[in-house]
Amino acid sequence: MLNIQNLHAGINGKKILKGINLSVNPGELHAIMGRNGSGKSTLANIITGRDSYEVMEGSVSFNGINLLDMSPEERALSGIFMSFQYPVVIPGVNNTYFLRAALNAKLKHNNLNELNAVDFMRLIREKLKLVKMDEKYLSRAVNDGFSGGEKKRNEILQMLTLEPTFSILDETDSGLDIDALKIVADGVNNFRTNKRSFLAITHYQRLLEYMKPDFIHVLIDGQIVKSGDKSLALELEEKGYSWLEK
Amino acid sequence: MQNGPVAAAPAFLCNPMAKSNQVIDSAISREYEYGFVTDIDQEIIPPGLNEGVIRLISSKKNEPDWLLDWRLKAYGQWLKMEEPNWAKLQYSKIDFQAISYYSAPKEKEKLKSLDEVDPELLDTYTKLGIPLEEQKMLANVAVDAVFDSVSVTTTFKEELSKVGVIFCSFSEAVNNYPELIRKYLGRVVPVTDNYFAALNAAVFSDGSFVYIPKGVRCPMELSTYFRINAANTGQFERTLIIADEDSHVSYLEGCTAPMRDENQLHAAVVELVAHKNAEIKYSTVQNWYPGDPKTGKGGIYNFVTKRGSCLEENSKISWTQVETGSALTWKYPSCILKGDNSVGEFYSVALSNNFQQADTGTKMIHIGKNTRSTIISKGISAGKGQNTYRGGVKIMKDATNARNYSQCDSILIGDECGAHTFPYIDVRNPTAQMEHEASTSRIGEDQLFYCNQRGISTEDAVSMIVNGFCKTVFNELPMEFAVEAQKLMEVSLEGAVG
Repeated sequence: MLNIQNLHAGINGKKILKGINLSVNPGELHAIMGRNGSGKSTLANIITGRDSYEVMEGSVSFNGINLLDMSPEERALSGIFMSFQYPVVIPGVNNTYFLRAALNAKLKHNNLNELNAVDFMRLIREKLKLVKMDEKYLSRAVNDGFSGGEKKRNEILQMLTLEPTFSILDETDSGLDIDALKIVADGVNNFRTNKRSFLAITHYQRLLEYMKPDFIHVLIDGQIVKSGDKSLALELEEKGYSWLEK
Repeated sequence: MQNGPVAAAPAFLCNPMAKSNQVIDSAISREYEYGFVTDIDQEIIPPGLNEGVIRLISSKKNEPDWLLDWRLKAYGQWLKMEEPNWAKLQYSKIDFQAISYYSAPKEKEKLKSLDEVDPELLDTYTKLGIPLEEQKMLANVAVDAVFDSVSVTTTFKEELSKVGVIFCSFSEAVNNYPELIRKYLGRVVPVTDNYFAALNAAVFSDGSFVYIPKGVRCPMELSTYFRINAANTGQFERTLIIADEDSHVSYLEGCTAPMRDENQLHAAVVELVAHKNAEIKYSTVQNWYPGDPKTGKGGIYNFVTKRGSCLEENSKISWTQVETGSALTWKYPSCILKGDNSVGEFYSVALSNNFQQADTGTKMIHIGKNTRSTIISKGISAGKGQNTYRGGVKIMKDATNARNYSQCDSILIGDECGAHTFPYIDVRNPTAQMEHEASTSRIGEDQLFYCNQRGISTEDAVSMIVNGFCKTVFNELPMEFAVEAQKLMEVSLEGAVG
């Protein structure tokens, strides 16, 4: 599904990723772990196509298509989603309006009929229950005045609504208390199928207790230095990252 | 601020956008939708301004002598005044002798009904989305249609007169209600108030007049639609709205003009008077031709004086403006809060795209006790546009417990535009409560990316973000027009993002 080969990339001329190779198949959940500054978020930004990041070498393909030639919205419309580490506030634009615009952009892209307000409300009420969010949330502006937990739940709600095939969860566990973490993890777990894939970026293995990863990759200084199954997360928890550093 | 700075505390904000953002790039702009010219026989007096021209305008309107004298006095004052240059606007000097001061569609005979209005004119208004024919009229909105220097027709007049509401052209009012005109004309904006107000007083040709009698809540929205058509003419209309005790009225004006290479002058005066417990809500959707998007050539010079007087206690005046057109905008709708417990409000969205420049804001003068004012200003700059908020809040000595809340937000799209804020605050009573908030931001790359990542195109994202930014102001517009304003914003912003 997602295939990254020898990816070298960075920002403002500074190289951050130094030869990443990663292949994610349908139905798999991969976790990328590493310290701050190891390049985790850069990887997420390169996959989603953020403007200021540049690819210096290598390739990224999604379902066999070169992703790097596509605009961020084309990537989104073709099924790539990112749950942001720091979701952005858009004052004055309410969540209903925003979500409906996003969903309709996707439906239109897939040559399907756009949803009218009534059908959309019906759909969104169902999705709200999945992340235990109150309906009042819909009339609030996008992420405006949201607590950390609300922001992350909102990201998951967007994911459940847009139904992407490949989702990046960028530090989705950070800033969450245990209850919110469970809600978010349940949201993801119930969304997992053998067709959908995930890339979970995290510092800690805490999140991985709730979402069972198929693979764990340790990122140090822009390179994947070790890959393994979920036991690797426990090992990291115990020993830290230093034993993997040269 | 016609009287110049009171206590200068200018906060200069100019935030060029980081060049890294290549997503935003001002490019082509969509054509101005209302730029057509109506081919109609018009009576235009030759360009130039002198006493003779003023006498001619007055005689064309069969005005009483007192009004001619009033005009001539204004003209005498104007000659002694100097064009103000304190605004943050750059333009070449206006040649007042090159402008024609009167242009009117030729009438065959005096019109008795709409059937006699030239079909070309009716067609023009239909094209502008303001059908005047009975069967097509906007429900519950009465319209006074002003074409160049004259009012073409006013709809729903009879229905309104049943409840005692007077809504007619200014010229008609001069003839039919001279005592009201004499009592109120120039009472809020004196002839000598400022250069453009004096010019308007000398040469004004038409406009709208509204009188809401005691205890009447006007049963429909009133609106005036201003259209400039003839070349090389100026439009100088005057609007006077009087809300008598315990009355209520909501009024809206809209404006468009053809696309021309020459700049055209629009210098209007609006006076509002609210008596005891009365409320006037005045909304403007200004969409004059902004000039060529690529060269900046042409466009309307919009120099307007608008002021309302909350004359007696518990009165309220609320200004809402959406300014998306004009090459230049110089406009400060203000409130004089004389009556105790009176309320003044100003809600503004001003957009400067391409080569547009806007210097706009408000003045709130607190005279009475417990007077309150609210100022919400939203400035949007795109292309090479320059957008200035200029606002004054003055609390006079006797205005015990006066309160003001001001919020001025600016948003920048692209890296060649500017936003500037000049708040002037003058407090002479220690019980006053003042709050001022200001912000300048650019449409963030992070906001756009967030929208893009959800599959929303950059253009849709910009219009979504800008509309969100303007929401508190759009909410103040009458419902029918809030949607219009939102659409207008989308059209005016088109091309702001490459």
